[in-house]
Amino acid sequence: MQPNQFHSLAYSFGFYFFGLIALASAVAFVTRKNTVAAAMWLVNVMFALAALYVMLDAQFIATMQVLVYTGAIMVVFLFVIMLLNLGHPSELADARGKWGYVLALFVGLALLAEVMALNRSSTIDKMIPPDLAAKAAAAAATPVAGGIIGPVAAPLFKEYLLAFELTSVLLLAAIVGSVVLGKRRTDAR
Amino acid sequence: MTHALSLLLQAANPQLPPTDGMFILFGLIKAGAAFGIYMLCVAYTTLAERRVAAWIQDRLGPNRVGWEGFLQPIADGVKNFMKEESMPGGVNKALFILAPAIAFVPAMITWAVIPFASPLPVPGVGLIDMVVADLPVGFLFTLAISSLGVYGVTIAGWSSNNKYALLGGLRASAQMISYEIAMGMSTVCVLLLAGNVNLSAVISQQQTQGWNVLLLTLAFFIFAVAALAETNRVPFDLPEAESELIAGYHAEYSSMRYSMFPLAEYANIITSSSLMIALFFGGWDIPFTTWDNLPPWTITKTLLTMGMYVGKVMFFVFAFIWLRWTVPRFRYDQLMSLGWKVLLPMALLYITAVASMVLGLDFAGLARDGMAFRGAMLGMNLVFVVLVFWVLDRGRIISPAFSRLQREEVAQLRAVADRSDLLNGKGA
Repeated sequence: MQPNQFHSLAYSFGFYFFGLIALASAVAFVTRKNTVAAAMWLVNVMFALAALYVMLDAQFIATMQVLVYTGAIMVVFLFVIMLLNLGHPSELADARGKWGYVLALFVGLALLAEVMALNRSSTIDKMIPPDLAAKAAAAAATPVAGGIIGPVAAPLFKEYLLAFELTSVLLLAAIVGSVVLGKRRTDAR
Repeated sequence: MTHALSLLLQAANPQLPPTDGMFILFGLIKAGAAFGIYMLCVAYTTLAERRVAAWIQDRLGPNRVGWEGFLQPIADGVKNFMKEESMPGGVNKALFILAPAIAFVPAMITWAVIPFASPLPVPGVGLIDMVVADLPVGFLFTLAISSLGVYGVTIAGWSSNNKYALLGGLRASAQMISYEIAMGMSTVCVLLLAGNVNLSAVISQQQTQGWNVLLLTLAFFIFAVAALAETNRVPFDLPEAESELIAGYHAEYSSMRYSMFPLAEYANIITSSSLMIALFFGGWDIPFTTWDNLPPWTITKTLLTMGMYVGKVMFFVFAFIWLRWTVPRFRYDQLMSLGWKVLLPMALLYITAVASMVLGLDFAGLARDGMAFRGAMLGMNLVFVVLVFWVLDRGRIISPAFSRLQREEVAQLRAVADRSDLLNGKGA
């Protein structure tokens, strides 16, 4: 794992290859009128992102990406789409009429401008804490027990334990809330 | 050396010097050999299913093609290729054609991370790991990819434009999500003991500590039930329940496209068996001896451990088939209550218990591979096994096919039946 590994030709080829797949699938996802086909394109986006994570040496994140987003969340999406049995695709569009498209264009341009601004190296250098690179190098040099999971798990359950627990409580509250809302609707009917 | 390639190379074989040629050569050899052998095993599992079914039902089964029917899978393959591929009206063509492949591919890939023998020494090259890709995320990779199998089934059910197929697909997706959670939770206990997700590490932990099935029987039980549900086998074959849904999600498929679904199922059986073996039955470890776990590695050791692995897989495949011809199918609400109300809480409680135990024993300063640690884990396991299988399971907790409510319902129905008998004149 040399420092120049990220600049080799094969690496760039792989990166752009998966990046293109992700972008093309994302475009297909947005433009498909068939909801199930759109969901499958989104699954493809998730896969391409997982491949990009692997190329960035974040194999655990890549696996979680596939396990959580592709294996669980998208399956539930698909399940719901099939149960809803959506009729006319034209009724589904969020951006309806002229003003909807204008608004979408405006938001898209704003996002593009943000990405371009962030992509300037001077901005990125300012955003990264100065000691992060040194920290990462030190962490990479000292082997942690537990294979590839250890370096992820240790800070999660030591340094950021409170945030971790709070997040899980938040998720639990969201689940309970959704169950309550769903129940209420059935009772009213 | 490129980055991605070196990653792959390391995954393929950590001991090998990182050169492109070696990587490509051994990667191709390993993947090709593994694919060929795996496909052959899948084909012969179909034969095993039919012969064992026949044996259990006191029939003969297919025994005409070749010696004892050994050429039957080939004949079936030829037959399936020659048949007409039907395409009903109103299907979503792209997804209808794609679905069998989506079902089949994850079942194949999953097996790639499971080690199947001790390392093989090759003169002039060094040690070759007997696993297609020893990924650092090993076992999580299996969970991630096997969770994709549901797409094939669901998409097949949806794209067929058939209400029975759609119902099958819906059942499959709900069932797989429910049992995936219990499956993932049951493996947490194994990870607590092994301290690593890499399957080679899990196997070497079991070689020093003893097989996990002895230390974590309950986790194995949950995992086995969930694996049965994940492979859509009886008693969890609701997605294809032929008496209710004709054939469920593959009702509209014919010829080789249909054939991909059973092949995926058998591939899943072999992969689940291998995973159970790797996680709970010591992988390729030969029990009661230690000579097979230690270097120097020889070809004899590789062959013997591979034999051991194959033997274990055959036992589990047999158990899968055995269960199919023994247990009746669950009702849908029973399936859901078993998954969410029994297996998941049980797995969560068990994780808490095992984690506290391991923490306590570590705190007491006991070595993980010492007799005291293993004895304590074994003792706790015994307590749990007795508690769950003898005390709690009085036909109510674990087997949801029976409940008090049902007993009352049956009594009511009987009362109604008796009354109508009286009205009609009994014995008429």
